[in-house]
Amino acid sequence: MDTIFNPLVGGLLIGLTATAYLLTTGRVIGISGIFSQLLFTKGRLLPFLFIAGLIIGGSAYGVLTEQTVAFPETRSPLLLTLSGLLVGYGTRLGGGCTSGHGVCGISRLSPRSIVATVIFMAAAIITVAIVS
Amino acid sequence: MHAIISLVAGLIFGLGLAFSEMTNPAVVIGFLDIFGNWNPSLIIVMASAISVGMLGYWIKNKRIKPLFADKWYVPTLKHIDSKLIVGATLFGIGWGLSGYCPGPGLTALVNNPSEGVYFILALILGSGVHTLQNRTA
Repeated sequence: MDTIFNPLVGGLLIGLTATAYLLTTGRVIGISGIFSQLLFTKGRLLPFLFIAGLIIGGSAYGVLTEQTVAFPETRSPLLLTLSGLLVGYGTRLGGGCTSGHGVCGISRLSPRSIVATVIFMAAAIITVAIVS
Repeated sequence: MHAIISLVAGLIFGLGLAFSEMTNPAVVIGFLDIFGNWNPSLIIVMASAISVGMLGYWIKNKRIKPLFADKWYVPTLKHIDSKLIVGATLFGIGWGLSGYCPGPGLTALVNNPSEGVYFILALILGSGVHTLQNRTA
């Protein structure tokens, strides 16, 4: 049951946040964009607060929810570094990640976001099929 | 006001990630592994987030401006160019390698620091390279 209930509620929380953020500030939530604002632009307070909140909320295991799937065994630094480089560069070049394109972009039926989401999903599925 | 909104939005977004276990790369890879032992969680998360998000845009289109800003800052780009396609492909490969996209990667700094530190340092480097390229170009 939790395999449907938890993702459903988690998705609702994400969707509600994106909606409330949009209707109050007029902006979409894109984690890659907000994090790069924190790193590379002036006016760092708001992105800092968002990212700080994200890390606190995202590590609330055990407080609010039980973990049903174990974390993977620690992968090699080389794999994680390669992955981070590709995610960092790719999300900036493509103008978004799972949140900006995948959730907020598809919600407003943006053609760019739909294309981007199909491509990054396909690339990720092929990568997992090859690596695993 | 914007400071409170940013903090609370980050907090609830993060709780959503944790509750749906998207902060766990094993769950994400389980979703991407459609030829293996498939775990549909991520599609449920996205479908439920997008349903609420669509409602948000429906409300937005009935309003002239946001509650606490002078205008809408929603991206208006429409054209599909090679940057979008190459960027999304590179991101997808990186995402498939570890199961981390930017949000879950950031939470891994606390949940699983021995992985999160490498991933986030590399992510900063990768986006830094893009920022430098655009400065000099």
